[in-house]
Amino acid sequence: MLNPVMKSGPVEPNMYRYDEFDVKFVSERVEQFAGQVARRLSGALTEDQFKPLRLMNGLYLQLHAYMLRIAVPYGTISSKQLRKLAHIARTYDKNFGHFTTRQNLQLNWIKLVDVPAILRELADVEMHCIQTSGNCIRNVTADQFAGATDEEIEDPRPLAEIIRQWSSLHPEFVFLARKFKIAVGAAPHDRAALQFHDMAVEIVRNAQGRVGYKVMAGGGMGRIPYIAHVMSEFVEREDILVYLEAVLRVYNQDSRRDNIHKQRIKILINAIGPEEMRRRVDREFQELKAMGTLQLPQDELDRITAYFAPPKFESGLSDTIPEAGADFANWVKTNISKHKAPGYAIATITLKTPGQVPGDATSEQMDVIADLMDAFSVGEVRVTHEQNLVLPHVRKKDLPVIFAKLKELDFAAPNAGLITDIIACPGLDYCDLANARSIPIAQNIARKFENLDRQHQIGELKIKISGCINACGHHHAGHIGILGVDKKGVEFYQLQLGGSSAEDASIGEIMGPGFTEHEIAGAVERVVNVYIAERKSGERFLDTYRRIGMDKFKAAAYETVAA
Amino acid sequence: MAQHLSGLQMLTSNRLKSGDVLYRKGAGWVLTLAEGEVYATQAAADAALAAANAELVRNEFVSPYLFEVREKDGGIVPVKEREIIRAAGPTVHPHTGKQAGQYQ
Amino acid sequence: MSKLLKSGAFAADPFTAAADDAALAEGPVLVSLARFQKEREGLLARNTALGVRLQSHENPESLGADVHHFALIALEFPKFRDGRAFSWARMLRTRLGYKGEIRAVGDFLYDQMNYQHRVGFDAWEVPDNFTVEQFARALTEMTDVYQPAADGKKTIRELRANR
Repeated sequence: MLNPVMKSGPVEPNMYRYDEFDVKFVSERVEQFAGQVARRLSGALTEDQFKPLRLMNGLYLQLHAYMLRIAVPYGTISSKQLRKLAHIARTYDKNFGHFTTRQNLQLNWIKLVDVPAILRELADVEMHCIQTSGNCIRNVTADQFAGATDEEIEDPRPLAEIIRQWSSLHPEFVFLARKFKIAVGAAPHDRAALQFHDMAVEIVRNAQGRVGYKVMAGGGMGRIPYIAHVMSEFVEREDILVYLEAVLRVYNQDSRRDNIHKQRIKILINAIGPEEMRRRVDREFQELKAMGTLQLPQDELDRITAYFAPPKFESGLSDTIPEAGADFANWVKTNISKHKAPGYAIATITLKTPGQVPGDATSEQMDVIADLMDAFSVGEVRVTHEQNLVLPHVRKKDLPVIFAKLKELDFAAPNAGLITDIIACPGLDYCDLANARSIPIAQNIARKFENLDRQHQIGELKIKISGCINACGHHHAGHIGILGVDKKGVEFYQLQLGGSSAEDASIGEIMGPGFTEHEIAGAVERVVNVYIAERKSGERFLDTYRRIGMDKFKAAAYETVAA
Repeated sequence: MAQHLSGLQMLTSNRLKSGDVLYRKGAGWVLTLAEGEVYATQAAADAALAAANAELVRNEFVSPYLFEVREKDGGIVPVKEREIIRAAGPTVHPHTGKQAGQYQ
Repeated sequence: MSKLLKSGAFAADPFTAAADDAALAEGPVLVSLARFQKEREGLLARNTALGVRLQSHENPESLGADVHHFALIALEFPKFRDGRAFSWARMLRTRLGYKGEIRAVGDFLYDQMNYQHRVGFDAWEVPDNFTVEQFARALTEMTDVYQPAADGKKTIRELRANR
């Protein structure tokens, strides 16, 4: 039984709040889906017809049951919303949820007939599952440190919210060739994996000091990974929706529809070349701009931005983090990031205690985190694309108490960015598409490297594991990436080295034949040992790999296997 | 649409309303693999799949397909890891799913 | 069998579809793009309404200036998941300024009709058992919209400003 946290009452964070139009929109969408479910059950809709409709309401049919993916727009969630998610997991599922690599929450044991009721409950707290799957524009993701970091040009979330609204049930783009993922960033450190998105917007300043938007397109993970190309170095603020619409229109018109594996925008841009893509986009852009219906006026941008105003920060706080023991000090080393306001910090809650299922939280844990949010983080938490949570605005003096509460939750692993902070998709334990399990591999590797001194000796090392080529675990962007494959019904694991989803984006290089589930952790260990032996001062694993290449790592990895 | 696999086979689907995994037995469905029917010939397997496909209009279950099984220790087990997990439940949450007696 | 739904009501279809190698019936005919490109002069010389049926990969821009000669442009959905025609319809109404009938034909769902209506379709080839009540309901399931399309409908942003 977890000790209750000191109660302070629910706190309303500064984030987008529905007005009567948003409320009606979500409510009508729920009833629309309820109608579709009824038509499916009666047979008026076949499964083939119903499938895209239910996907566009976040509902998959997975290995054991239906899975529901709930949207967490740009990863921002309030304590009230988190409590509702806990309640839904408790009432309609098996008491836990999974935070995903697109900042959403997934529930794994849902019944189709319960979904309308679940959606109505979500609507009560301004949440939905609209377009979290399907061949349409998906959840818009953003930097989890938005609004808190001192290194951003401005908070990317107002733009993300504007894009979210523009893309919701966009009549021209709900039957695209494939899914379309958009991310927004505003800082030199890219925490949102912009270059691996179908389209990304980076908030930038031009030579005249004016703020505008750099737009990239054609990135993606999946079967064939690509890094995005720049479509425009600078789009004026007022033109941004026009530009995004132009990209989507070219994609919708010109993408292939004959081979499901060749229908993402990355394939189109690779086929016609970025130059030709820019030309086609520009043509649409000029025409759309001339029509004048999609301009984004400054007052609208200001209006949305006001929702995300920073909380009232206290002044006169100590800017020193208190002493509170060795465990706490270890946690501070990795899990605390610099906040723009003096006396404040950004705290990362890694859902990666070695042995845990990465990214999972029970209803009970969610409720306690909601209490923490109210007491210490102005009612707000962020979901990261690395399957962790972030308390964006905490007072440094509160960090010891927060840490103590996280320890009770078993969410106090001091490992953000270290080797045990592993991304793993649900894999063959849950997913209908998977070829191999990924969660047990993550658990084994994390336990193998559990020793904290060893973790610090290794330093920053991002391991990412996918259970199939769809790459939901982002293995192409792992410093060490692991891909589960099926070889004659047996699970094998391929290693890739040197990927990165940050501003230094790169795609990992495949090492060679796969390892068995018993061999893979050992192979990873031998690879890490090569890094320790070969590294120069200050080099991360990624840097050493980039300097010396694959050969020594490969030789070591296959050493014991060959013997 | 016929599937051609070798050896013993079984037929599975998902219950439409709940998503629960089902196994064909006779002209109906059961909740556990152990109770399900094993087809020893390709003809029997094909007939079962054809019958199930014809019944899709009942809107009770979806996506029926055949998969291979083999005999092991006096029982029947799937050949592929995927079907083993599908029959039992997630290996990382042994307290959930059919392995824990939970049915949707 | 199917029937024509036009501007919210059932209507007799004045057009006869002509296969590529069939003789043309009297009166308005609906031909493929390939046939139009092959027999352009002859088709345009006929003193009746002309229609063209575009497949989902056929860009209406290939009609060039001739687009305004067509009383009817039928856009095909070979499979309801193929959403290219949403862009073609929008292009016809906006870039090309097409004012004639844009008809949805082929495999599409009730659930797509509202989107089709928004991007400029004004006619649908529907199954015999389809009712006008269903069509009316399809268009009203979602009261408001967030983004402009080709229907001139006020967006939520405009409604907010006019409060």
